[in-house]
Amino acid sequence: MVEVLAATDKIIDAHGTDREALVEILREVNDEGGHLTKEHLQRIAERTNLPLSEVYSVASFYTMISLEPLGRHVIRLCQDAPCHVAGGREVWEAIEQELGVPFGKTTLDGQWSLLTTSCIGACAVGPVMMVDDDIFGNLTPDKVREIIARYRQDDLARGDAQGGAA
Amino acid sequence: MAYRAHIVVSGVSAETLEVKSALLEKLAALGLNEEIEVREASGVTAGGRGVEAVVYPDATHYANLTPEDAALIAEEHLFKGRPVESLIFEGLTVEPLPEPATKEVRVVLRNVGKIDPGEIDDYIAEDGYAALGRALTEMTPNDVLEVVKTSGLRGRGGAGFPTWLKWSFAQKASGTPKYVVCNGDEGDPGAFMNRRVLEGDPHAVIEGMALAAYAIGASQGYFYVRAEYPIAIRTLRLAIEQARNYGLLGDNIFGTDFSFDLEVRMGAGAFVCGEETALMQSIEGKRGQPRTRPPFPAASGLWGKPTNINNVETYANVPQILLKGGEWFASMGTEKSKGTKTFAIAGKVKRTGLIEVPLGITLREIIFDVGGGILNDKAYKAVQTGGPMGGCIPEKYLDMPVDYESLASVGSIMGSGGFVVMDEETCMVDIARFFMEFVQEESCGKCVPCRVGTANMLTVLNRICEGEGRPGDIETLEELGKQVIAGSLCGLGKGAPGPVLSTIEHFRDEYEAHIYEKTCPAGVCRALIEYKVDPETCIGCTRCARNCPVNAIAGAPREAHVIDPEICIRCGICEQVCPVDAISHA
Repeated sequence: MVEVLAATDKIIDAHGTDREALVEILREVNDEGGHLTKEHLQRIAERTNLPLSEVYSVASFYTMISLEPLGRHVIRLCQDAPCHVAGGREVWEAIEQELGVPFGKTTLDGQWSLLTTSCIGACAVGPVMMVDDDIFGNLTPDKVREIIARYRQDDLARGDAQGGAA
Repeated sequence: MAYRAHIVVSGVSAETLEVKSALLEKLAALGLNEEIEVREASGVTAGGRGVEAVVYPDATHYANLTPEDAALIAEEHLFKGRPVESLIFEGLTVEPLPEPATKEVRVVLRNVGKIDPGEIDDYIAEDGYAALGRALTEMTPNDVLEVVKTSGLRGRGGAGFPTWLKWSFAQKASGTPKYVVCNGDEGDPGAFMNRRVLEGDPHAVIEGMALAAYAIGASQGYFYVRAEYPIAIRTLRLAIEQARNYGLLGDNIFGTDFSFDLEVRMGAGAFVCGEETALMQSIEGKRGQPRTRPPFPAASGLWGKPTNINNVETYANVPQILLKGGEWFASMGTEKSKGTKTFAIAGKVKRTGLIEVPLGITLREIIFDVGGGILNDKAYKAVQTGGPMGGCIPEKYLDMPVDYESLASVGSIMGSGGFVVMDEETCMVDIARFFMEFVQEESCGKCVPCRVGTANMLTVLNRICEGEGRPGDIETLEELGKQVIAGSLCGLGKGAPGPVLSTIEHFRDEYEAHIYEKTCPAGVCRALIEYKVDPETCIGCTRCARNCPVNAIAGAPREAHVIDPEICIRCGICEQVCPVDAISHA
């Protein structure tokens, strides 16, 4: 925990403790550990001299700041109209089927989190999803199964995972 | 170093890098890496044509490339000098298309896909920062304002407020320091023009902001860009740094008294932050919730100081207007809507992607000429313009000119310029429900009519789509819509009922079919459709039965099969796998 908070302190030092830095600090601490814990929030509140409730209020407002742990890989499927019209519903179902959990959840082995995202501005190649930081477009049920399989294989090759939920 | 040829690779997906590295590898293998430079630009058409590459000096345009294609281009075109005909863009499209997109006029997008956004010299070579230089050395702030006034430029974020007027309010406002802010929180589903400009030509926006700052008397600017656009943020930060190194940002620009600097602020995922007052709250490190206006930002914006806030595209127009004159800009467009506008075309059209056309062009020209018409030659049903708060426009208005006023007159908006095209297989009730789901989720919750009213509207729409619609539901939606509009502070709430009200206005019969006849004419709402096997056509191959995930299909081999509607979950797999098209739904 000390180490975790040391990283948090470093981010706060970089941004300063002015009120206007709060959103940036929260997002960066979130990106570092995948989500924010109560300890993170407390430390940020202390350092920025804001009430914990205020820090929590801002953290919970923004969707890219998570207050719960996420999986090793995060799939963010675009749920907006252009992707929906282009066949997003079938892709949505294929992903849920392939990973065995509904959107909004993380697989039991902690390998995959399924989230939706608002438009990522790649509408011309919809349906679109992001796996971690990479964008994949023109998705079909077959193509998402292929992509997931490729990630599982890569993880296995690195020998640091079980390859996701059965 | 001088190169014999350049090849510019662009695209939006992860495959772009694979194509680029395949190209580099092959060029190195052929010993051409000293002769040919590979550059990466932002997608020419925003990915509608997959990974693209343009070879200069001959400007051969390749599209939909795989890494293997890239290697082939290196070998054939760059090594042997024979362009690969089969990969050239015009010959590539899946279906023969009518005349190509000749109606485009590029002002905002003029450099996108052409220059390397990571090289400030590329921008300067295209007259970059010439407008700023001229303004600072030869013009007063009022002269700048006057040129923008003559141009007739209006806000490209959607509301269409005259840009010069907004600037003059901030200029006249008392209080220092003053700020300029660029709204790059492009959250509208289906809109990606700002992303393309930020990733493809960031200096044009920076220069536009500097000109605005000069006109109103500001010395500090903020870029607010949504966190969903990491490439745009990276590109922008690099561009700002390069501009600083060249003395184009910072103190005493061009040796004058004018000083101006920029900072990039990232959002963290909240659609409502595209609203100007919410955006400024977010820059200040708070929850991004809108506040009442007035006071408008021009009088009291960031930290209570006079602030000018414009959209990315608005700023990107300004340097060109200063260079070529207000009259030049005003010569394009209609009486009240001048210049060009970018539109992002998505949905059921043959050519999706980003276009830029003079305002006043008709919807039909955009969808059928530039967009190539409806995918698979299905029938046009509607186009939804202006993002999730825009309306759906039916066929009878296709010949209407596209400008701010005309779109508003048929219950839609210009918005940011998203075009989602729908065909006969799109259910308008389902679409209305879809958008309601979106705004309901994105409502920040401050205004009760928006927070609760949208949830109520969604409940009614859900029940209509699930076949449980009741008489009076349409009227309930209309009434709730009016109340949400009347009782909300910001554009999100005021626009939220737009898609529902416009689909009721133009497609009331579809709502009635769902409620009274319990049918979905487009065959989309699952509770209202049934899959059937045509016993005459069925050859009894058993493929449908084998693929059915719930074993709802019975039948012996070589005999007609039957679907049990009680078990069927309407997933549609059987219809897809049937080799003789014997299965249909209605």
